[in-house]
Amino acid sequence: MKAFTYERAKDAKAAARAAAQPGAKFLAGGTNLLDLMKIEVETPTHLIDVQDLGFDKIERTREGGLRIGALVTNTDLAADERVRRDYAVLTRAIVAGASGQLRNKASTAGNLLQRTRCPYFYDTNMACNKRKPGSGCAAIGGYSRQLGVIGVSDKCIATFPGDMAVAMRVLDAYVETIDAGGQRRAIPIADFHRLWGDHPEQDTVLKPGELITAVTLPKPIGGKHFYEKVRDRASYAYALVSVAAVIQSDGTGRVAFGGVAPRPWRVEAAEALLPQGAAAVTARAFQGATPTEDNKFKLPLATRALASVIAQSKA
Amino acid sequence: MSNTEVSALEMSRRGMLAGGAATAAMTTAPMALAQQPAPMSKPVPTMPVAFEVNGRREELNLDTRTTLLDALREHLHLTGSKKGCDHGQCGACTVMVNGVRINSCLSLAVQHQGDKITTIEGLGTPEKLHPMQAAFVKHDGYQCGYCTPGQICSAVAVLDEIKRGIPSHVQADVAAKPQVTNTEMRERMSGNICRCGAYSNIAEAMGEVAGLAPVGGASA
Repeated sequence: MKAFTYERAKDAKAAARAAAQPGAKFLAGGTNLLDLMKIEVETPTHLIDVQDLGFDKIERTREGGLRIGALVTNTDLAADERVRRDYAVLTRAIVAGASGQLRNKASTAGNLLQRTRCPYFYDTNMACNKRKPGSGCAAIGGYSRQLGVIGVSDKCIATFPGDMAVAMRVLDAYVETIDAGGQRRAIPIADFHRLWGDHPEQDTVLKPGELITAVTLPKPIGGKHFYEKVRDRASYAYALVSVAAVIQSDGTGRVAFGGVAPRPWRVEAAEALLPQGAAAVTARAFQGATPTEDNKFKLPLATRALASVIAQSKA
Repeated sequence: MSNTEVSALEMSRRGMLAGGAATAAMTTAPMALAQQPAPMSKPVPTMPVAFEVNGRREELNLDTRTTLLDALREHLHLTGSKKGCDHGQCGACTVMVNGVRINSCLSLAVQHQGDKITTIEGLGTPEKLHPMQAAFVKHDGYQCGYCTPGQICSAVAVLDEIKRGIPSHVQADVAAKPQVTNTEMRERMSGNICRCGAYSNIAEAMGEVAGLAPVGGASA
């Protein structure tokens, strides 16, 4: 690990200002950042620990939704009575990810900002445009079984690895931030993660120093909530494909897929086809997909995972 | 293995070797080599941190890179917590911080100012075992023992998490209160790897502490 200086931020604006400096990074739970620092994929020279900023509460919003503080742990978010009752897809997605120990430390904002688990991103001996812009992509033509099938580019075929954000995508969450100038904004989660394009080194639309303060959920939408995660072992593994869904009694609903793209993959025109069945939805959602030989299995797998969800919704 | 330790070690070894070679070859060493800056010339940032470990207040001054695990093992010599993967994948480093289990390898010591930390050494002693330690012995919940301190810390925390109603992936209804079942315990222990494969006996040990009837009489 490279040496770094460390400070505990006292207020959000000052933290954002400090983090806008070159080499500086926020530190929340640290479960992903420290992992990457140990292998020198991340090499910050200054860490700004935001744990004292008080963003650790879940509150009702005036609109009848929930505001989730950026530092609420994954465990506390999944265990919240209101989330379990009104946004069960979110609880289900969170408890489908990582391990108990990690969920106890990992934060809401950190979960959104976690980096891809592409093996070539992790291996500093390999070319990776995300880790080192312009160096190439060893994953293309390499071992790509876990990697993306849609929304990827000829510079990068990595996926966003998280589960929580996939549920937040079907819930139409907003990511609230403050920047170094004290300016606040609310970013629709649909726009938060970038498609890689020519700049896979940029995971999100956040500006340097911009700090996530909360994630807000609109008021509950009812329906039956599902998070179906298909993976290589029954627990503590990344998704090959996951399906977050809220299905209403008339068969309409919302669907997003995880493990397939640079962001939670939701196509509204596709979910409108839910009453016609899983194949209709995935044919539209994955139109223009560019899978590799190794990961083309993800396309039929997504259809089958969604079919399973639809069947459960009718049970 | 710790990257921090290794790099520091290698750095000093390299420094000594280079120093020795430079001295021996002083007359023939090219100027470029002689003028190379000495390794570790820039002081590494250190910081004071104070926390409570197993009820005892500890004050340390640490390289900011020191993980909580390394602080416990290398500085406080509490070597019960183990370093398996050092990446949060194996759970051998599991400790409780403010009553909640975490991977101590994925946390910087300086993040824990004022925290209350419990390690395996704080759960029980050889003379007075924690009930979970006694149950692991009784049910043969280990072979080589390397993962065991992490397994036991995690097992104690898992029963507490179920009691506190923390939901899990295997619940049919996540709004309901979770029950202590073999399936629940197995799911919740998935962050602790045992390469000897003592899993079923670990679940038996946990079941006994939780007051479950033994499953199928599989263990003695």
